[in-house]
Amino acid sequence: MSNVPSDLKYAKSHEWARVAGDTATIGITDHAQHELTDVVFVELPAVGRAVKAGEACAVVESVKTASDIYSPVGGEVVEVNNAVVKDPALVNSDPYGAGWFYKVKLANPAELGALLAPEAYAAQIKG
Amino acid sequence: MALQRTPLYAAHQRAGGKLIEFGGWEMPVQYSTITDEHLCVRRAAGIFDISHMGEVLVSGIAAEAFLNATLTNDIRKLAVGTGQYTLMCNERGGVIDDLYVYRSNPEDYLLIINASRIADDVAWLERQHAAFPKRGEVSLKNVSDITAAVAIQGPNTPGLLDQMFPTASIYGTPVVKPSELKKNQNAQFHFHGLPVWVARTGYSGEDGFEIVAPAGFIEPLWDTALKLGHQFCLQPCGLGARDTLRTEMCYPLYGHELDENTTPIEAGLGFFVALDKGEFVGRSVLAAQKANGTTKKLAAFKMTDKSPPPRPHYAIFANGQKVGDVVSGTQSPSLNVGIGMGYVPPALAVVGTKIEIEIRGRRFAAEVVKKPIYKKR
Repeated sequence: MSNVPSDLKYAKSHEWARVAGDTATIGITDHAQHELTDVVFVELPAVGRAVKAGEACAVVESVKTASDIYSPVGGEVVEVNNAVVKDPALVNSDPYGAGWFYKVKLANPAELGALLAPEAYAAQIKG
Repeated sequence: MALQRTPLYAAHQRAGGKLIEFGGWEMPVQYSTITDEHLCVRRAAGIFDISHMGEVLVSGIAAEAFLNATLTNDIRKLAVGTGQYTLMCNERGGVIDDLYVYRSNPEDYLLIINASRIADDVAWLERQHAAFPKRGEVSLKNVSDITAAVAIQGPNTPGLLDQMFPTASIYGTPVVKPSELKKNQNAQFHFHGLPVWVARTGYSGEDGFEIVAPAGFIEPLWDTALKLGHQFCLQPCGLGARDTLRTEMCYPLYGHELDENTTPIEAGLGFFVALDKGEFVGRSVLAAQKANGTTKKLAAFKMTDKSPPPRPHYAIFANGQKVGDVVSGTQSPSLNVGIGMGYVPPALAVVGTKIEIEIRGRRFAAEVVKKPIYKKR
């Protein structure tokens, strides 16, 4: 059973957002890493890039395939996780911790309201 | 069209296989992860469902002559109980399919063909048969629907096969146990009193066996292999690992390295084209290519800088010019580097040539390497 932490917000496309003040940390869910398996390459947006909610802004590659990652919220990318670029397996081993992707300064905090609560996301991946 | 399922569909679900569409079939891509299954085959043993592949029986006193006129390799080299890799070409030398042929009896041959090519192959064979002068002395039978198969691959497999088939062979190469079969030999063994064919061959670059059996026998055979396989560290493996294993070995996959507009000479498979055996379909084109060269050649490459894995259809560049396309590409689980194959002008298909692979608009450095890309130490 996939881990769905209760303190995060989720996108239907399997990204998570952890909000602290006006900044959100973005990553992909345990369910997503389990489905992708064997992450071998991660491509992150440049710091300073303005991303829109729902925009493809990162790529995660497994042995089998390349998958786009969609930003759950819009804003300016203020920090990226270089450790996950160097060691993509962190996405598999610690998707909610060391395997985070980037931090975005929220352009419109109201967008958070469109994301799924943990219960709703858990129900989605169960079905 | 509804996807076809093999007789092992329920077994895959039980084993937790992740099922995907492949060439019209619903097949397991992986059970654990591709990397895990790949390394298990390299180090221990893995079992693959290959029941989607096609089987055609060619029989009769003119079967040998018919196959030698239709396929590129020299079938006269086959003793009873042996098999060979061969290709079936059109008049332009383009590949209709690549296949394995086994001689199971003096006048009986078994063709193992690609799942995605069954309909085309059978139609082509029937056309050749209709035009064959001694057609009355050779018969074709497509038994794909009633035949199933598994591949058991990896260094630990001889011991496992000997436990699965504890009695001597009854047909084909006479051996006391499967581990006595040499590469490309096959024999029929009893499995709980039912006859099945075992061949020492595979598509992984490891030692291994392929077992061909009537569809109804395959599930007990699969279950027995998994049960006895426990002590041999056997794992069920999906098409994902099958693809990464064969890519490391530079074995062609139809639809990637091979198609009807690509010849065996261009694909680097000239070894399996017996130009000296007499007339066969495509011979004149293949002979001319062998003598005069080709305009494209299959090259194997490795990424030399950190990069995303190469994938099919990515463009290949050399000296700033687009020179070809990737046909197979992946992250090599054994070497932990991006690897692939692609068609380039022959002058560039030389080991050591610097090339670039374009991935999402950026070019990454790669180098043409010797085949196979992976060599067992």
